[in-house]
Amino acid sequence: MAALNQPLADLAADLTGPAAARRPSGLRASQRRRLNAFRYVAFIVFGLFFLLPLFAMVRFSFEGAKPGTWSVAAWTQIVSYPGPPPLLSSIEITLELAAISSAVMLLLVVPTMIWIRLRVQWFSKVMEFICLLPLTIPAIVLVVGLAPIYNKIERYNVSALMLFWAYVILALPYAYRALAAGLAAVDAKTLSEAARGLGARWPTVMFRVIVPNMWQAILNSLLLTVALVLGEFTVAYLLSYVNLQTNLFEISRSSENAGVLFSASAATLLFAFALLLILSYVGRRLRRGRP
Amino acid sequence: MTAAASTKTGARPARAGRRPPVAWVGTVPFLAYTGVFLLLPTGIVIWNAFKGNTGGWTFANITGLNTGLVRSAFVGSLELCVISSVVGAILGAILAYAVASGDPDGLIRRLYIAASGVLAQFGGVTLAFAFLAAIGPTSGILFHASWFYDFPWGIAVIYCYFQIPLMTLVFLPAIDGLRIQWREAAENLGGSTWQYWRHVGAPLLAPAFLGATLLLFANALSAFATIEAWEDQISYVVPQSISTSLISEVGLANVHEGDALAAGMIVMVVIVMSGYFLLQRRAARWQR
Amino acid sequence: MTVEPDRTRTGVEVQMQGLSRSYGTVRALDNLDLTVQAGELIALLGPSGCGKTTTLRLVAGLEDAESGTISVGGRDITRLPANKRDMGMVFQAYSLFPHMTVQQNVAFGLRLRGMGTAARNKRAVEMLELVELATQADRYPHQISGGQQQRVALARALAIEPQVLLLDEPLSALDAKVRAQLRDQIRRIQLEVGITTLFVTHDQEEALAIADRVGVMRAGRLEQLASPTEVYSRPASAFVAEFVGLSNKLAGTVSGSTVTVRGQELPLVDTSTPAGSVTALVRPEAVTLASDSTGDSGPLSGTVIATTFLGATSRITVDLGDTTILAQLGTSEATELPAGSRVTLTIRPDPVLVSAVETAASEE
Repeated sequence: MAALNQPLADLAADLTGPAAARRPSGLRASQRRRLNAFRYVAFIVFGLFFLLPLFAMVRFSFEGAKPGTWSVAAWTQIVSYPGPPPLLSSIEITLELAAISSAVMLLLVVPTMIWIRLRVQWFSKVMEFICLLPLTIPAIVLVVGLAPIYNKIERYNVSALMLFWAYVILALPYAYRALAAGLAAVDAKTLSEAARGLGARWPTVMFRVIVPNMWQAILNSLLLTVALVLGEFTVAYLLSYVNLQTNLFEISRSSENAGVLFSASAATLLFAFALLLILSYVGRRLRRGRP
Repeated sequence: MTAAASTKTGARPARAGRRPPVAWVGTVPFLAYTGVFLLLPTGIVIWNAFKGNTGGWTFANITGLNTGLVRSAFVGSLELCVISSVVGAILGAILAYAVASGDPDGLIRRLYIAASGVLAQFGGVTLAFAFLAAIGPTSGILFHASWFYDFPWGIAVIYCYFQIPLMTLVFLPAIDGLRIQWREAAENLGGSTWQYWRHVGAPLLAPAFLGATLLLFANALSAFATIEAWEDQISYVVPQSISTSLISEVGLANVHEGDALAAGMIVMVVIVMSGYFLLQRRAARWQR
Repeated sequence: MTVEPDRTRTGVEVQMQGLSRSYGTVRALDNLDLTVQAGELIALLGPSGCGKTTTLRLVAGLEDAESGTISVGGRDITRLPANKRDMGMVFQAYSLFPHMTVQQNVAFGLRLRGMGTAARNKRAVEMLELVELATQADRYPHQISGGQQQRVALARALAIEPQVLLLDEPLSALDAKVRAQLRDQIRRIQLEVGITTLFVTHDQEEALAIADRVGVMRAGRLEQLASPTEVYSRPASAFVAEFVGLSNKLAGTVSGSTVTVRGQELPLVDTSTPAGSVTALVRPEAVTLASDSTGDSGPLSGTVIATTFLGATSRITVDLGDTTILAQLGTSEATELPAGSRVTLTIRPDPVLVSAVETAASEE
């Protein structure tokens, strides 16, 4: 119940603290009390709904051969599960895919965005439309059209790493929104004019003047892309490639209760969560570094 | 697909007698890439939807969508999407209200927004595994409930796992936009809490709510991994039918059935997303 | 504007007794006693945090009082919820319902009371004509200007024929020019309708211009409640004197019923002030300047250091050697006394407020 202390303290502060003084809520005391009761209940109910499956997954990953016993077998199996293919290799491929997709996405989108902002402003509407298109053309549909294209690609390279071509597209809507917000916060025009006035050429302007001011947005979009790749299943599955999620899927088909399913999933979640935390700390450090 | 065609052959030729539009060059890599891997596949899908088994053009693929299994997949998709989006919207709106009516700087708000951000993206096979661990008939830690395998209500509950956070994220700004003064003015003019919501609160939130529900609908429509991992024996929804037509070795009546299915999905999602954008614009009209 | 003494007032009396309210450790309102006469407009004036808005919100029922009572027309309404208090309120900004037209906004209160469509629309139009906005009836709030929005808000508040009208800094969010016009319009309408009104503002010019009585507040208490002229020329405390209009602080000596300031004898506001050294508060417009060609240096002669042009009048800063003093003159006179001129001062014998030497220095 210790976990409830903070929310309880929070609610108490809501009712009586300086926040209450700041905020003329338009609600009288009795109304406020009723509202807080509702909020309390809502947070508990929803909190349970969201936490229980996650908790169950983690708990199950520590389940031993006989119910009620504990074991870390599921976790060690992450690296030792034979397959074929071995789970470890799928993990490697997925991580590499995450890295490649992020890099390609940034290289493709960031310079283009800056260029458009500085030189071809009207095109930004077109770019926005294209980048948000994958929201409307979901992966399951896109993969149907990608199949013939990937047939051609397979003639040159059969590695699952070729998935990055598609992953960049899938990541576009989320990454673009993060980057667009970051770029909007930079006064690109003024900065570039100042730099060019001092004699800088375009590459310098882009990479030494503007990009450094977009670090947080770039990290943000990077994280979104990595999270997407780590969890991607549909495209890999339907193009008959092996990545982490398809591998786990195949395992679940043959043995539904394999502990490694839960440990690997939990590990992926924890990894993504850790990245999120790191991002928020780095972001704060960067912000503090500015005047 | 002319954009893709011209950019694939190389840099744009300069117009004779005029200063070449050099700035254009900067957009070429992006256009080329998205042209090949986004616009081209979309075009292929739509193009092939109208192609016959032996070449030539036909509506057979489209009309074939109305037969037995496939139609039940469309109906199944509609059922699942309507249920998960409506339930997700209502519950998500309640959660959003609970978050919005608290301390704007408080921990709870930040926690729930961060969690919603993560959970809204949390789908795929991992979600299926998590529910398996929680309530699976053979392995569930918490309780056993085979009801969750029922279509569509059981799986709709699982879909709510990402629908509710998505709704919370999308709808929260709308609730934040309800100014305190409106509530106080309504009260001052003699309105009760119910009258405030009926005459002021609900009408103001309606466009945003409907828009968000549509977004949830499109989101559910596109989901594939979770339901595939949860139960894959039967094709309940269109994505699963597409999967079958792509992977299955068993001969299909129409070679391009998968494309027709995908094209059908495009139409559905485009309609829904257009509705969403229109309603967003309408809701924004009143926010200054 | 003031009310003619023989005008019949409608409206009810609002009485507040012992009203208190705290937020956490902050005492926003401290035992307030205030009675608004029937048909009167009282302006509550003071700096941020003085409790004026809290008072208004307590009367409206939007906040709960911790102790004390509020009565309207003799009836105790302290425990009555806000939506049953029959008061009309105009907020600072953004209070019109954006999804309703101007007319629908004005008719809203009537709709809540079950008035039929035809009847409430007729009344809404009447109210819009009162605020001279009948032509905008079918527009939406985001299509009209800030000043027009506030007029609609006023019409909406009056449409329900409330017993009391409450205005919470209604002009603060508007341009200066619009503010002045709207201020006079509000007062005109208030007099026409004869409704008891509480008007909160931090702008002393506003308060002085429209109120029957001004209540100057500080730290949850009422420092002075009196007519505008009285508050201005006979301030009850140094705070009031400094908040309302400008004051010069000059050393003086009290003996008998006058205080001697720089050699000039001036009457006292409070004739029972004990004799001794004090700080006298002298209004700039009470100081007159004359060009000094004699070259004398007395306590009332000095040099002009700066002039602030305010339009019809100008404010001149004069260095008296040991202190500076502000004088307010018509601009045409002021231009004849540029910086550097030697001048002699005369202080008009208006009653002067004095405060003890020690505390004067600690006023904000």
